[in-house]
Amino acid sequence: MSGIKTFYSRRSFLKVSALAGGGMILSFSWLAGCNPTPEETLTLPKEWFELNSYIKIGENGVVTLMAPNPEFGQNVKTSLPMMLAEELDIDWKDVIVEQADFFPERFDRQFTGGSTAMNRAWKPLRTAGATARKMLILAAAQTWNVPASEITTESGTLLHKPGGKKAGYGEMASKAAKLPVPKEVDLKKVSDFKVIGNSKKNVEGLNIVMGKPLFTLDYKQKGMLIAMIAHPPAFGLKVKSVDDKAARSMPGIKDVFTGKTLADDYVRNGFDTTSFTDLVVIVGNTTWEVMNAKKALKVEWEKIPDKNFEVQGFGGNQKVKIPGGLESTAKHNQMMAEMAKKPGNVLRKDGDPEGAFKKASKVIERTYTCPYLAHNTMEPVNCFAHVTNEGADIYAPIQAPEFIIQTLAARLKMPKEKIHIRLARMGGGFGQRAYGHHLVEAAVISQKLNAPVHLVYSREDDMTYGIYRPTYTATYKAALDENNNLIAYSVKAGGIPESPISRFENRFPAGAVDNYLAEDWKIDSNITIGAFRAPRSNFLGGAEQSFMDEVAELAGKDPIEFRLELFERAIKNPVGKNNDYEADRYAGVLKLVKEKSKWNAGNNGAHRGVAAYFCHRTYVAEVVDLVIKNNRPVVDKVYAAVDCGIVVNPDAAANMGQGAIIDGIGNALYGEMPFKDGAPQKNNFNTYRMIRHSEAPKSVEVHFVKNEIEPTGLGEPLFPPIFGALANALHSATGKRFYEQPFGKQLEAVSRPTQG
Amino acid sequence: MATFNLNINGKKQKVDVDPATPMLWVLRDHLNLVGTKYGCGIGQCGACTVHLGNIAFRSCLLPVSSVADQSVTTIEGLSENGDNPVQKAWLQHDVPQCGYCQAGQIMNATALLKSNPHPSDAEIDKAMDGNLCRCTTYVRIKAAIKTATGV
Repeated sequence: MSGIKTFYSRRSFLKVSALAGGGMILSFSWLAGCNPTPEETLTLPKEWFELNSYIKIGENGVVTLMAPNPEFGQNVKTSLPMMLAEELDIDWKDVIVEQADFFPERFDRQFTGGSTAMNRAWKPLRTAGATARKMLILAAAQTWNVPASEITTESGTLLHKPGGKKAGYGEMASKAAKLPVPKEVDLKKVSDFKVIGNSKKNVEGLNIVMGKPLFTLDYKQKGMLIAMIAHPPAFGLKVKSVDDKAARSMPGIKDVFTGKTLADDYVRNGFDTTSFTDLVVIVGNTTWEVMNAKKALKVEWEKIPDKNFEVQGFGGNQKVKIPGGLESTAKHNQMMAEMAKKPGNVLRKDGDPEGAFKKASKVIERTYTCPYLAHNTMEPVNCFAHVTNEGADIYAPIQAPEFIIQTLAARLKMPKEKIHIRLARMGGGFGQRAYGHHLVEAAVISQKLNAPVHLVYSREDDMTYGIYRPTYTATYKAALDENNNLIAYSVKAGGIPESPISRFENRFPAGAVDNYLAEDWKIDSNITIGAFRAPRSNFLGGAEQSFMDEVAELAGKDPIEFRLELFERAIKNPVGKNNDYEADRYAGVLKLVKEKSKWNAGNNGAHRGVAAYFCHRTYVAEVVDLVIKNNRPVVDKVYAAVDCGIVVNPDAAANMGQGAIIDGIGNALYGEMPFKDGAPQKNNFNTYRMIRHSEAPKSVEVHFVKNEIEPTGLGEPLFPPIFGALANALHSATGKRFYEQPFGKQLEAVSRPTQG
Repeated sequence: MATFNLNINGKKQKVDVDPATPMLWVLRDHLNLVGTKYGCGIGQCGACTVHLGNIAFRSCLLPVSSVADQSVTTIEGLSENGDNPVQKAWLQHDVPQCGYCQAGQIMNATALLKSNPHPSDAEIDKAMDGNLCRCTTYVRIKAAIKTATGV
């Protein structure tokens, strides 16, 4: 046992009763109709005793654990409470898991994104569990009049073995809840874990397979109206005038009006990305009626002028320029090619790259590009809001409630305390749902109508709204000496509207090569962008790792051995001081994937490609096997090796890893959002191609490195390297290198499957 | 507006709607059967899959006026307690991530198994290709379908 101090007591130990007068109540969603499995087998207690924000225990020993973070498929609703259960020392079958509302006064960090949930919760949640356990022990010690040190616990039972006494947690819960919070608690040793590391099934599994109303889009309230927004057909346009005569006269339509979300001079935070702030709103009784009437709206659009926004950033506010004009992919590509020729902004320089390139015996230079991508979560953007003078009730798919609440408060002119955000299960997020424009829109509409409103985006609205993965390009250059050792390496990269390597300049292979140069540039744009599963890395994992493969080929070396040589250098004699990776863990996943894929033995003639990448504090190496079917390469099997420290919920972790890999294969082959005159050229799944059943690999093996390092991210890190591993396998299969995403265009033989 | 007498999950239901209204919105907005999901509205994603008789249909493309007295089954009507063999297999393989598309996947898979109790891998792919999963749980879905067939 290692004693650690409870460092967060003010927040996590704030009792509900202390807040009850503030108009804010916790929602007990399990009483409202969505019954999780346990209630069917567990008898609900007469009374709950709250030991801290996360843990309530009933007099009958049933335990409620709060899942603090918004859920969108990574299973945080199951895996985070496992940390509580572990340290509380209870049997998982006695647990009810409840989704917490957004309640920053009570919960530590209710943000799901950036692959941070497990890592950020690791100490606070285990400490909350251990503290509650200690309070139960202290209550038993008082009751039995024995030293606390003689009391042990066993799956929800308190034991005083010397005195032969025994009590369930429920019997001591009332007394424990009244005790002062201990200043220091002991956390379990990793080797003593019983819950963590043992797969637990998704606590919402039954509700999902039964089609229960778990998502915001399923939510209904008496008197609720349906609202939709007509946004401009192209970036660079705004509303000029609206002719709503025809739309107003259509059945079920209640109102049509215009409004504004954020004022131009509002200082936005980094998650206030709002593509269109002028709203044309149409409101009615049912979704179908509003969808139809929206088509009858006649809106005249006009071009936007150049604008400057102030955005809160790390280290102070930044000015962001949004140029007017209607942008196109063809022009973008031309502008990026021109920028790539000019000197960039130097981010890192080691040694003398110019000199080393001059004296090299072999030099290779390659350029990689990727297009904009739409997130295309299966649940389109939507939000419920009911805003009255008393407060705002918001039910929303939102990854980052903490960022949007300040904007809601400013826009509604209402203190944060009066805004209640309930966190719905999201039908996908992938970064897009970190941007809460839909909460502001729904709230503004509800405030205007003084009625409960459900704002719904059609699929077309969702896909053409923006917040895309940016378009990027990167030119890599490498030099080999006469012994085929890497002596110089440079990357010059940029994008619209951001660089893919800004703040990434200390990543591999920086530190593994004497002469290194990283430069970047960017081009302003009015097309909005946002985080997309492993931002920037989702391009670099493909570009850098494809290039590394080609350099290995030029050196006449096995691609895994070539990379291992570089890691060996970074381990023994690293160049520079700020390298942001641990080379031994990086090498570790490559060695593991080499073993698991039987790399040296080959795989019955499959065409193979490998890649390794580090992001979100997790190391991943992947091998793709392609087979040729009907003259086309088809992804047959994928092996992944992952070092994310302790794996809390292994089967759920593997599930997410499999998903990241297949998602990556799909986006690498087909994903793109082109533009013409500012207009997104795809607006639904008939034109935006997504990977389907028949295109998925037959199997995806996810292997984890076993260690006792604290858990790091998993939602994103398996995504980037698959782009590289796939490109390298395609080279093996076709003899051609793939420099431009999506690869499917070059891969003529890949055709759309027929519909079932 | 017109009145339609529908047979949904073995129950008679009466709705007064525009005849062109897709069953998807009749189910979701008028009958509060929200397990059937809206994903694309153009029959490309399969999230809205229901059974018309024993056949899987995209309810977003099915005008209420075309349904007449044919029996419609939604995810809510598939089983009382979530114990249809396909649902059980889904739980056994812990298939869902976000879960949004899964009702449509399950409805499509159950219709497949009614017409073809022992489909091959290629037949599963062909039948399921119209159902998108953005979390790409495809490998587990296939494994669950195989489990449900008893293989």
